[in-house]
Amino acid sequence: MIRNFFIILIIAGLAGVFVSLFWEFGASDTLTPLATHYANNGAAEVGAPNLVTSIVVTYRGLDTLGEVTILFLVAAIISFFLKVEKKGQKMAPPRVSSEIILTASKLLVPVVLVLGIYVFVNGHLTPGGGFQGGAIIATAFVLLLMANPRFELNHRIIAAVESVSGMAFVLVGVLGILLAGGFLDNKILPLGHFGKLFSAGAIPIIYSLVGLKVGSELSNILSNFQDVQKDEL
Amino acid sequence: MNLLILITLSVIMLVMAVTAVVHKKLTVAVLATGVVSLMASVMYLLMAAPDVAMTEAAIGSGLSTIIFFYVLNKIRKAK
Repeated sequence: MIRNFFIILIIAGLAGVFVSLFWEFGASDTLTPLATHYANNGAAEVGAPNLVTSIVVTYRGLDTLGEVTILFLVAAIISFFLKVEKKGQKMAPPRVSSEIILTASKLLVPVVLVLGIYVFVNGHLTPGGGFQGGAIIATAFVLLLMANPRFELNHRIIAAVESVSGMAFVLVGVLGILLAGGFLDNKILPLGHFGKLFSAGAIPIIYSLVGLKVGSELSNILSNFQDVQKDEL
Repeated sequence: MNLLILITLSVIMLVMAVTAVVHKKLTVAVLATGVVSLMASVMYLLMAAPDVAMTEAAIGSGLSTIIFFYVLNKIRKAK
């Protein structure tokens, strides 16, 4: 009785907090000073048609580095806790996948991989970027793992791709200090022609590195989950 | 027209969110959370945020649903 009373009290209190938030909320019609600066000068300063990318990679590049680091930590912790070292143990044969998934995976995996690479290479021109492209690459691995459960990613290649792209990301950032205005400045390369694939300075390079890193990390997480699914005989 | 689509999507999202909480079968609940993310990504697209929509569609409704199913399979075997 008294427990229910407290539950209702807490729910009513939360409702009060959120109602006051709801009544005070109003969509603003004008941009804040910082957003106005980005909207007016973003194309000229960074040279990327996709303003979101120019904010994510150049103006707020340090945040992106932080996000990539957090994702790396998550992948490392998951592989640490899900590590199974049982060599020589007999495993039950996995269930055979249906013909539809087998055929679809043969047809679709290369296409989805190319789509992911397209998304992160064109991150400065079209919507999308490193994180989105990396996630699309990881979905290709999902399809591959569903079609043949025995499929194993080569962990050495994954680790090499992941660490090399992470180090190269930081290296490009440090080059920005030496050659241009500051850490992760994209003007270490010429800005080029606005709207072309090779333009916007270092943004295509940085986003390709982020895409490779995110794709390998997410694929690694999935393959770790797949490893612990195997039935013991 | 746009407003109508948005209202329909949000109603579906609310129904699916309640389904995810109250449904007896865990597989149905996991699929319902995936549908919530999918509808959210369509909503982001209609509100002119395609970058967020791509992330939500790939991670929210794709990868996290798969990871939920992996975990569900694992804890069922452990029982």
